[in-house]
Amino acid sequence: MPDHPAPGRALPDATGHFDRFGGKFVPEALHAALGELEQAFTEASADPGFAAELDDLRRNYTGRPSPLTELTRFGATAGGVTVVAKREDLNHTGSHKINNVLGQALLARRMGKRRLIAETGAGQHGVATATAAALFGMDCTVYMGKVDTDRQALNVARMQLLGAEVVAVEAGSRTLKDAMNEAMRDWVASVDHTHYLIGTVAGPHPFPWLVREFQRVISTEARAQVLERYGRLPDVVAACVGGGSNAMGTFADFIDDADVQLYGFEAGGEGVDTDRHAATISGGGVGVLHGMRTYVLMDEDGQTRESHSISAGLDYPGVGPEHAWLADAGRARYRAVTDTDAMEALRTLTRTEGILPAIESAHALAGVQQLGREWAERGTGEPPLVLVCLSGRGDKDVTTAVSWFGLDGSADKTTGGHA
Amino acid sequence: MSTQPQTDRLGHTGRVLAACRDAGRPALVGYLPVGHPDVATSVAAMTRITGTDERPGVDLVEIGMPYSDPVLDGLTIQTATTRALARGVRTRDVFTAVEAVAATGTPALVMIYWNLVEQYGVDAFCRDLASAGGAGLITPDLTPDEAGPWLAGSDAHDLDRVFLVAPSSTDQRLADTVAACRGWVYAASVMGVTGTRDQTSAAGRELVARLRAHDPETMVGVGLGVSNGAQAAEVGSYADAVIVGSALVRTLVDADDAGRPDDLSALEAVVDDLAAGVRSRTGAAGR
Repeated sequence: MPDHPAPGRALPDATGHFDRFGGKFVPEALHAALGELEQAFTEASADPGFAAELDDLRRNYTGRPSPLTELTRFGATAGGVTVVAKREDLNHTGSHKINNVLGQALLARRMGKRRLIAETGAGQHGVATATAAALFGMDCTVYMGKVDTDRQALNVARMQLLGAEVVAVEAGSRTLKDAMNEAMRDWVASVDHTHYLIGTVAGPHPFPWLVREFQRVISTEARAQVLERYGRLPDVVAACVGGGSNAMGTFADFIDDADVQLYGFEAGGEGVDTDRHAATISGGGVGVLHGMRTYVLMDEDGQTRESHSISAGLDYPGVGPEHAWLADAGRARYRAVTDTDAMEALRTLTRTEGILPAIESAHALAGVQQLGREWAERGTGEPPLVLVCLSGRGDKDVTTAVSWFGLDGSADKTTGGHA
Repeated sequence: MSTQPQTDRLGHTGRVLAACRDAGRPALVGYLPVGHPDVATSVAAMTRITGTDERPGVDLVEIGMPYSDPVLDGLTIQTATTRALARGVRTRDVFTAVEAVAATGTPALVMIYWNLVEQYGVDAFCRDLASAGGAGLITPDLTPDEAGPWLAGSDAHDLDRVFLVAPSSTDQRLADTVAACRGWVYAASVMGVTGTRDQTSAAGRELVARLRAHDPETMVGVGLGVSNGAQAAEVGSYADAVIVGSALVRTLVDADDAGRPDDLSALEAVVDDLAAGVRSRTGAAGR
């Protein structure tokens, strides 16, 4: 293990690096805006008025604090470990995305910006951004790969209902990474009045840092809730990782708790040994993408490879630089979960707890089942206490689930009418 | 960053700009990506724009390496580079193009997104570029902030490093960027991506004035949005070099679409117009 400085609030450093990861690999035209954003966030962080405004929105708009639910029947399918879920699925707009969006939108207003732009894959972050724009009376443009606008028409309509303009991106692979490129191009040309509201802990500094801080509320609440209910810290904290924002939020306040094991579950798609997955840390190499040095799925030359996951929210060929660093430092462990295992966990949680999770979150649940079963095989000691972030709800995924499980939407049987 | 002696700062390509200035005109820099419509034709096009006995052509060739995520490129260049990647262009093809252009006597700079250099190996890339006869790199997504390995590699292999500045650059960043450049400074004349525009912007003129105020000796090329001889003449009235990309690439994309990928006549016509533009009276105003 190389000698690393201690992870935690100390990073990123002043130049936006998490050791060798992160940084700012962007056109010069954007540096002024990134500098302005960093300064605005630093000032806002020290301003009690900003914190109070954000806190008010969290309580009275998002519905925070989100509850902590013990998943007793699901835990039985995970080797009998005690599983508690942090219920980000119960937030307004249905996922953790709103935590970051409200923070950045407040920041944008503070900077005098009147327009928000965002990239989105499945549409969750786009919907959250369009929501904040509606709330604050700002213009909003959401970039979405053409492949995704075609398969997520419902979310396109939701964004349009909220007053946002949705732009289908035909460039490159026509998915999330290309939507991010297009948002970046828009921002280069519109930076004087526009804020680019990145949806995850990725991109150039200061985004990985400020998005982590806006998502930190997940672990701040969860840590206190677990302590209050169980009188101790969890043994394991788990979350799914695409770009990695719900995971960074879930890990943040536990990073200094050395006895708490952190697990990130990436999208293994059809398997990390195939070329159809999105498990960047498990199956990628160190490179530069979207303004940061991090783990990237790429070919021998460094051209970005297309990722694959049944979960559009995890279908991204990069990952936040702090995760790359936590992996290298050995502070967090990352594993890949296949489409099949995630969908099975989705069905199991729904049947055992009456909670339909997002497919993204189902990756974390499947990972928890694996960890629990491994513990059960070792068969010693008290069952560990596992905290898992239920990052989003699965309403948006019903169509995918219908086709995956071979349902056809017809009733099981018919009754009444004529004999 | 230390200030280098003036002679060193000109590098290989700053000298070309200085020679044009001495001749009373701005230099013309032409961008084409390798691999579109295919590697061989793209290399033929690059050598063609360096000119012939009858045609003056460009003074520097900017060889673009296609990349999967080109955040600074507009639609025209994206179209060409996406096709080039789909048709199998590799990083190593850049050196083939560099060798061919260098053989004409016109210097070649490579415009490349940083991950491709990093995956090739920074020092190995510098070595292979230098041995192919390349003059240096233009780095659209690498600024001096993150350029440690590139500064070292370019010093070790005697390569020019052309960084970009933008209308949004702070005075401090302008100064740091100028100090880190060798050859010349690439001034993006508009806040935006590559692509032709109907009007050149006042922002380019202001940016060059800010650079000159900081350091009157700095060689400055201006790009983004220049597409014809008249615009080249106008930009050339305040810049040391005029950089044209999308307008050239457009001709090759159109030829490819028309099923005549080898037809370079439209490309030659655009270059002729630009070359005349930088030699016109307005263009000759120089400084």
